[in-house]
Amino acid sequence: MLELSKGKSRILTVLLMVLSALFITPVLIILMNSFKSKLYISDAPFRYPTSETFAALENYISGIFKTGFLQAFGWSTFITVGSVALILLCTSMTAWYITRVKNKVTGMLYYLFVFAMIVPFQMVMFTMSKIANMLYLDNPVGIIFIYLGFGSGLSVFMFSGFVKSIPLEIEEAALIDGCNPLKTFFGVVLPILKPTVITVAILNAMWIWNDYLLPYLVIGNDYKTIPIAIQYLRGGYGSIDMGAMMAMLVLAIMPIIIFYLTCQKYIIKGVAAGAVKG
Amino acid sequence: MQKSIKRYFPVFVLPTLAAFIIAFLVPFMMGIYISFCKFTTVVNADFVGLNNYIRMFRDKDFLHSLGFTAAFTVVSMVTVNVTAFLLGLALTKGIKGTNLFRTVFFMPNLIGGIVLGYIWQLIINGVLKSYGVTLTSDAKYGFWGLVVLMNWQLIGYMMIIYIAGIQNISPELVEAAKIDGATGLQILRKITIPLVMPSITICLFLTLTNSFKLFDQNLALTAGGPGKETQMLALDIYNTFYGRNGWEGVGQAKAVIFFILVAAIALLQLYFTRRREVEN
Repeated sequence: MLELSKGKSRILTVLLMVLSALFITPVLIILMNSFKSKLYISDAPFRYPTSETFAALENYISGIFKTGFLQAFGWSTFITVGSVALILLCTSMTAWYITRVKNKVTGMLYYLFVFAMIVPFQMVMFTMSKIANMLYLDNPVGIIFIYLGFGSGLSVFMFSGFVKSIPLEIEEAALIDGCNPLKTFFGVVLPILKPTVITVAILNAMWIWNDYLLPYLVIGNDYKTIPIAIQYLRGGYGSIDMGAMMAMLVLAIMPIIIFYLTCQKYIIKGVAAGAVKG
Repeated sequence: MQKSIKRYFPVFVLPTLAAFIIAFLVPFMMGIYISFCKFTTVVNADFVGLNNYIRMFRDKDFLHSLGFTAAFTVVSMVTVNVTAFLLGLALTKGIKGTNLFRTVFFMPNLIGGIVLGYIWQLIINGVLKSYGVTLTSDAKYGFWGLVVLMNWQLIGYMMIIYIAGIQNISPELVEAAKIDGATGLQILRKITIPLVMPSITICLFLTLTNSFKLFDQNLALTAGGPGKETQMLALDIYNTFYGRNGWEGVGQAKAVIFFILVAAIALLQLYFTRRREVEN
């Protein structure tokens, strides 16, 4: 691209630094307030904690007890990991099948999966949660199955797009050598699909980990995920315990940032690849 | 080859298909049917024709939330995409620290809507406090609060897509234009923008559908307040279902219209911007 002169590039760097500082500030403000005693948070959110307002870990302790954060973290992890694993396994197989076997049924299935991508959740939230309830899917294991059904649209679409670009000859060779389709898929196709597997995994993990309404409607009465636990702090009409809220926000953000900093390369690549396909 | 795979339908397709039918297809079709019914659970639905749809269009909350959502969507589409595109340009100039900037700008995108809402509630209320008002004093604060939140969340994501698009442009093309004496602005207008049109299509599509369907952020930031003035469509549908007895059918009718709107807008937008794309 266009090269910039030294002066211009310096000005741009300064501008970008100011903007990045603005981007991080909200998170830092939450972090700072999580150490202030709850009465001093709403009054002066931009003031540093002083010896009078400093609360040490008080907010964290009361927040964890009030929301059942540790259980929520456990359920969020269980549901996210379980759903992403099941989605990856099932939808990659389905995508390969409907791309390789061409007939009316597979053609129709492909369009149904694509169609599902544009339907907003509100359209099915009431009927789906009632059906989940009737079929005893309203528990952390059942909800994994529901996420498979919901996530299949985007995931099948993305895997199909990639399978189309794999030359047929490789699979044909494996099949002629006596591999059955299962062996061919897991031994030959899936390894080639690896970059797409990572993209699909990241997109689904981001969605399921942060999802609020679906788990709230399906299992919210008995099991809380992290977003449900945080919303629960708001409760009825009374005032919110701002101290506990700040601490819980920090605890909710921390695993995401750690995950992001460790897998940053894959996440940014995955998002770019996912968007191009989408 | 097809023949040997074909028999494996139950292994390869059936699990996904079963989940898809139970979690999506059946609820979707039942959803259309019961939008013409009066019901409190799905098993006691009585057919009432277009009654729900008539009640829906007489419901002021619905019309108000439709207008609010449309205004919010237009504003955030413009602000998010302009900023993200400029950042994308800035981060493809080979400045030192590009990777670090990219990491920072993308970070908020990973944070969930509920958490985002409460983060900004504290900050915006803190700023407004010096003027003696709060987020829910007036609908305009909630509106601009949502716009700021949406920008913070989506700019990084869109920026990544624009960067990928800009990096795809062949350097020879820019080089040739420069030799011909094109100015920076001319290169931007005649080369960069036409060639990143596919990225623009995707980003407009993503910001449009994300803004239009916004729920979590709306619930956490203002919960619709003051009154129901900052209630967006998705939240209005939710409150009609679960907050008003005897309105379940109307809620479902709103959801059907919501679905039709989302689908129509998405398809129209894809159609119009796709036409303006050029082969790179």
